[in-house]
Amino acid sequence: MKKEFKFLYFAPYLLWLLLFVIAPVALIFYYSFFNVNHQFTLNNYITFFTSGTYLTMTANSVWFAFLITAMTLLISYPMAYFITKLKYRNLWILLVILPTWINLLLKAYAFIGLFSHNGLVNQIFNFFGIPAQQLLFTNTSFILVAAYIQIPFMVLPIYNSLLEINPSLVQASKDLGATSWQTFKKIIIPLSIPGIKSGVQIVFIPSLSLFMLSRLIGGNKIITLGTAVEEHFLTTMNWGMGSTIGVVLIISMFIVTILTHTSKKRRVAK
Amino acid sequence: MKRLTIIISTILIICLGLAYGSKSLQKSSSNQNGKVLNIYNWGSYIDPNLITKFEKETGYHVNLETFDSNESMYTKVKQGGTNYDLVVPSEYMVAKMRQDHLLVKLDKRQLNLKNYGKAYLNKSFDPHNQYSVPYFWGTLGIVYNDQLIKGTTINSWHQLWNPKYKDQIMLVDSARDIMGLSLISLHQSVNTTNRHQLDLAKDKLDQLSPNVKAIVADEIKMYMADGEAPLAVDWSGEASEMMDQNPHLHYVLPKEGSNMWFDNWAIPKTAKHYKAIYTFLNFMSQPKNAVQNTEYVGYSTPNQAAYQLLPDKIKHDKQFYPSQATLKKLQVYKNLSATKVQEYNDLYLEFKMHR
Amino acid sequence: MSKSKFSWGNLYLIFTFLLMYAPIVFLIVYSFSTGDSMTNYHGFTFKHYQELLADKRMIAIFLNTILIALLSSVFATIIGAAGAIGISNQKRQKNKEILLSFNNILIVSPDVIMGASFLIFFTALKLPLGFWSVLLSHIAFEIPIVVLMLLPHLNELSDSLLTAAKDLGSSSYQTFSKIVLPFIQPGLIAGFFMAITYSLDDFAVTFFVTGNGFSTLSVEIYSRARQGISLEINALAGIMFIFSLILVIIYYFIENNHSQSNKKVKARLRGKL
Repeated sequence: MKKEFKFLYFAPYLLWLLLFVIAPVALIFYYSFFNVNHQFTLNNYITFFTSGTYLTMTANSVWFAFLITAMTLLISYPMAYFITKLKYRNLWILLVILPTWINLLLKAYAFIGLFSHNGLVNQIFNFFGIPAQQLLFTNTSFILVAAYIQIPFMVLPIYNSLLEINPSLVQASKDLGATSWQTFKKIIIPLSIPGIKSGVQIVFIPSLSLFMLSRLIGGNKIITLGTAVEEHFLTTMNWGMGSTIGVVLIISMFIVTILTHTSKKRRVAK
Repeated sequence: MKRLTIIISTILIICLGLAYGSKSLQKSSSNQNGKVLNIYNWGSYIDPNLITKFEKETGYHVNLETFDSNESMYTKVKQGGTNYDLVVPSEYMVAKMRQDHLLVKLDKRQLNLKNYGKAYLNKSFDPHNQYSVPYFWGTLGIVYNDQLIKGTTINSWHQLWNPKYKDQIMLVDSARDIMGLSLISLHQSVNTTNRHQLDLAKDKLDQLSPNVKAIVADEIKMYMADGEAPLAVDWSGEASEMMDQNPHLHYVLPKEGSNMWFDNWAIPKTAKHYKAIYTFLNFMSQPKNAVQNTEYVGYSTPNQAAYQLLPDKIKHDKQFYPSQATLKKLQVYKNLSATKVQEYNDLYLEFKMHR
Repeated sequence: MSKSKFSWGNLYLIFTFLLMYAPIVFLIVYSFSTGDSMTNYHGFTFKHYQELLADKRMIAIFLNTILIALLSSVFATIIGAAGAIGISNQKRQKNKEILLSFNNILIVSPDVIMGASFLIFFTALKLPLGFWSVLLSHIAFEIPIVVLMLLPHLNELSDSLLTAAKDLGSSSYQTFSKIVLPFIQPGLIAGFFMAITYSLDDFAVTFFVTGNGFSTLSVEIYSRARQGISLEINALAGIMFIFSLILVIIYYFIENNHSQSNKKVKARLRGKL
């Protein structure tokens, strides 16, 4: 009786694992072995690893995702840190979350207006005597907009990990004569590493699939793996190649997680 | 526990309300007695007033959904689970859909084709119009802004490669069109399957990439009208819409020739409302309606009777209704094999990545 | 902390918050402009809001988006909670780890891959694309988030507490409803709101699995933004902003209210033991 109850409440979750995690991954793996004529082939993998196109694309994607993540981290860490010092910090952190409930496409749309040839930013430039710049369809604007959209997702985990730091540690460091910079460097940053880690993870991964931004803001001049998957699935009907990119991404994600996981274990063991 | 149950049931009740709200909104805009017609068309490719007129005259309700490329339309129809009665594929897509058994044969007894010009019927992509009715035709060409491009007349594809246009050209995001313009500038066929020629065309495109500002689709209209870019490669009808908004824009068919395409009504396998389909097709072929639609959409009409009713300014515009001599230089896309299409797509992707 | 440093921090915060809200304010300001572009402000009007309210398609899509967000979050929270409890109940550490790594697959895969694999999955099942495929996908990608938000709370729930409850004669159902549930309630609420956030913010997955005229705000705005600037979209941003503000206020009150009642629960438990 008790066993049955136990299984029953767990069943929907297991069913979800089976249907929406294992089955789709298995299907994408299966499709990656077929070409446009529905014949079995290994060519998709061969193309991916030898043609150069996809390797460059991978390098580009990782590089852009890295830039976006670094930029977001640089802006967000001080934000999270200063918010923890505020009196009504719960309210302020909600103000950080608030923009995430406004659709990201709306925000991208705002930037089309801001960055256009005679948009607000160029008007401000003109006011200061700077000639109008080409802002839309540049790599910089793509990275800026992507970072802008991701900021809240980076602030939150860092903020939470900063809150968890025991204030007595900070006090102790001060009592021992450390300057506030030393305390910050030696105590606060190392103790907020878990927050930084999960923030980086939350920002880096979606940065690989910002095909809508690379189209609306980047003018399709930055082709990332996300763009390629979208094109292979929804326009060129080459599901095989799209799936191959998917499999490579899933496997590399898996390897990265295993690597970070073992390093954590080792540290604990020490 | 009690509080949680209350919260959950409150949310579920709100959901019910939302579902009811959105259902009733959709219903109030649709007809109860099942007299409907589901059309899957390109974006802004039909005059909405004409649809209202059709609904008033016949009592059918039209559900209009839009797509932005032949391929995405094909994907949706093939994927299944859709309910479209009419779709608008271009010529090579008619051939492909026919070949893949995704279309239903037209019933000629219910259909009136007499208004269409002979030149637009019985084309090689659909002999005897067994599956398709012509809707619009057009070309691919260059749009330029005479305020931003001064002192030169644009009349050739080659001018796009001029280094002084660095970062100034917007391209329409379509593999066959962009590969096609490169092939034409090399005096090749847009349907070539010769790998060497394709590679040459791709190399030539790579040299174009410093001049490319963006590779997009619908957006070109807004940006060109706003003067964001001085040059664009786009379809004729898109150009005519931009020109309505900005009198400084001009459309040219390059002297080397270009692509000519035909969009057509076709009935996908998923169709259910046959009576509505034929009523609609005959309604659209009436000269008065066709001319209204042509003036709204801006592409060239294959409806000869409607053409006669067009204002002289449009009728004699050589960029939209080219002379016989120019027409000879225009090429039509053929339906290539899946492997070849993939080759075009791969090369095009490589071009997009080139910097 | 010296005084001068404090004001530098505040200055930084003021600056970043201004930047964060500038694009949103920009959108909303232009929603009241009589013009029809986002380059010159012309004069105050409610015209675009009237247009928006008359646009039945847009309103239906707006309702659908919220419907999907709420409904998927409820299901994801329930299934996710059961999953989290199930995982934390695993006796063997190994099983826990395996379940967790499967749980995390969707979290570490990019949205496009998720969208693509769900598209293949629904196509293989011949499930028509539309409301149901979008709802199922949203539930699917929200579940692992809820699980991750709940696990820390469940780990805090010490075994001794549970055995004590059993020793005192509670049935497993009683233990569940009287101890486990109140204890993880903050996690449930946080998970629920996180699920809503992800659902409202999603574009890529929905873009892949939608069809048959069903659309959410992201997908609709994506196609409209490409047609050109329309201040009706700005009006929509204004409405979304007010809607989010209401959500934030609700969340703030639940949270505040809750941290107090949670203290009460903990105090009661301690008194009992």
